[in-house]
Amino acid sequence: MKILVTAKRVEDPESKIKVKPDGTGIVQEGLKYKINPFDEIGVEEGLRLIAKHDPKGEVVVVSIGGKEVQEQLRHALAMGAHRAVWVNHTGPLDQLAIAGLIQKVTEKEKPDLVILGKQSIDDDQNQVGQYLAEFLGWGQATFASKVESLESEAEKNKVPAVTLTADGKAVRVVREVDNGLATVECQLPAVVTTDLRLNQPRYASLPGIMKAKSKPIEELTPAKLGVDVTPTIQVLKLSSPPARKAGIKVPDVATLVDKLHNEAKVV
Amino acid sequence: MPIVLIVAEQQPDGNLRKASLNAISAGKQLADKAGAELHLVLLGKEPAKVADELKGSGAKVVHLGAAPELEHYLAETYAPAIAALAQELKADYVGMASTAQGKDLMPRVAARLKSAMATDITAINGSGADLTFTRPMWAGNVFAEVKLTTPVKVFTVRATEFAAAAGGQGAAEVKTFAPKVEASKTKFVDFKEVKSARPELTEARVVISGGRGTKGDFKEIEALADDLGAAVGASRAVCDAGWVPNDLQVGQTGKVVAPALYIAAGISGAIQHLAGMKSSKTIVAINKDAEAPIFQVADYGIVADLFKVLPELRQELAKLK
Repeated sequence: MKILVTAKRVEDPESKIKVKPDGTGIVQEGLKYKINPFDEIGVEEGLRLIAKHDPKGEVVVVSIGGKEVQEQLRHALAMGAHRAVWVNHTGPLDQLAIAGLIQKVTEKEKPDLVILGKQSIDDDQNQVGQYLAEFLGWGQATFASKVESLESEAEKNKVPAVTLTADGKAVRVVREVDNGLATVECQLPAVVTTDLRLNQPRYASLPGIMKAKSKPIEELTPAKLGVDVTPTIQVLKLSSPPARKAGIKVPDVATLVDKLHNEAKVV
Repeated sequence: MPIVLIVAEQQPDGNLRKASLNAISAGKQLADKAGAELHLVLLGKEPAKVADELKGSGAKVVHLGAAPELEHYLAETYAPAIAALAQELKADYVGMASTAQGKDLMPRVAARLKSAMATDITAINGSGADLTFTRPMWAGNVFAEVKLTTPVKVFTVRATEFAAAAGGQGAAEVKTFAPKVEASKTKFVDFKEVKSARPELTEARVVISGGRGTKGDFKEIEALADDLGAAVGASRAVCDAGWVPNDLQVGQTGKVVAPALYIAAGISGAIQHLAGMKSSKTIVAINKDAEAPIFQVADYGIVADLFKVLPELRQELAKLK
C-alpha cells in the first residue's frame, strides 16, 4: 500500500499575523513556520494505515515551495514517512496550479490513497483536495473525522479512523458535516481530506529526527511536471479586520444583567 | 446578459438549508453589481418540495433537477450536474453557501469548469469587469481582496455576512431539467444526525458556549440556553475530548457564528475560537482566569467561576420577565 500525503509550509497557528501598512502582504519578521496542522494529521493517519495494513508499504510526503519547504518534509520524515517529493517553485500559486502539480506527482507515484489537510491555515481555502479528486476522476471523502473522543482508548492505541473495507478495495470514511456525521465508502484510489478530530499527530522522536536526515527527497519542478502555474487569482490587497473596542470587566452578575438589558439591549 | 447561478441546498430532512437564503442575497448583490441575472439551482430526489421557498427570493429562474441517484448528496454526482447546467446557461459566476456541502462540492464544480474559486466571501466590491471579493485568511486575522481571472468564477458565501433573502420578492420562473448523472466511485453509507430541540448555532440570536472550564459538565449552559431560547456552542478542546458533539464547535475550523449575544463560559479564547465568534454583536466572557485572551474581545467580562455565575445569571434574567 502506498499513501501520498501533502505537507504545506504555513505560519505557526499560534503566531500573531499582522498586515503590512501598505496592504501588500503580512509582516514576516518573527514568524515561525510549521507543517500545516491538517496535513500533519494526514501524515499521522497515513502512518497508522500503513502500520495496520501493510508494514512494508510506504507513506510518501509531498510539498510545493522554495527550498525552505524541505523543513516540513523532514518533519514528516521524522514522524515516520518513508520518502519525500519536493516540487521546487517560488512565487504565488493558486489551487488550479497546486492541484495540477499534485495530480502529476500522483500519476507518477500511483498511490492507493492521497491524504491532504482539508484546508491550510494560511489562506483557509479548503479546495485543493476536491480539485485534485476531480482532476484525477477519483472519489473524494472530505473532512474525515473520528467518532470516538481524541482522549479515548482507541486514540491512545493509535487505531486509524479511516478504515479499509474487508476486500481492501475501498476506504470507509466518517465525515464531519453540518448537523452530524456522514459515512461514505470510496473505491481506491481515492482522495481523503482530514478534519481536526481525525487523530492526534505523534511527536517526532529523536531517533526519528536522526533517521529523517538520511531519507531521500526527490526534487521536481512545475516545468518537469509539465504544469502551467500562471496564477488565476490576484490578491489585490490585504487588510486587518476592524478591531473590537475594548470591553469592560463587571464586578458581579447583577451589573452584567443590567448592562445587557439597558446598555446592549440584548436581553 | 451575464448570469449568476446560486446553488441551493436541501437538508437530509427535505427542508431548505437556511444558509442558502444568505447565499441567495449575496448572489443578488453580485448580480446587481455585475449587471447580471440571478438564477438558482436545486438538485435532489425531490427538489420541488422547497421550490416555493425559492420562488419568491428575488431570482429570475429556479432550475430544479430531480433524479433518484441524487437522493443522497455526493460531490461526485452533484458536481457534474451543476457544472453541466452552468455551462449550458453560460453562467459567469457559480456560488453557494459555505456549508459543509458547499465546501465539499464547489471546488469540485470549479475544477470541472477549470475555474478559480474564492472560499467564504464576506463582501463583493466594484462592478462589471472590476468585480472583486473580500475573503478571510489566517483565521480571520486578515481580509484579502481577491480578483478571479478565469472566465467562470466560483465562490462560497460566509452566511453570517449577508442577510437572508426574504420571500415575496417577485416570482421566479421554475424550470425543471434532467440533470447530468454520472456513475460515482463513492457511495453513501449513512448519516447520523445530531438532533437538538435548540436552534441551529449559525442561526440563533443568542449562543452560549462552553470550554475547558466546564470540565464536560454542560448542564448549567444548557439550562441557561433553554431559558433564553439560545443555541449551545463549544470550544475545540471540548469537542476533541468528546464531551459534546463535534458540530457544536465554534471556530475557524468549526462553525462561524455572529449572534446578537454570545456568552463564552470557561473558554480561554484561542485564535481558533475567536475566528468563529468575533463578529458577534455583544460578547460576554465568564472565566476564572483574568488574563484569558477572551477578555480582549469581550464587551463585558466577569472574572469568576462559571458554575457560580451561570445559576446567578439565570436568576437575575428571570427577574426581568
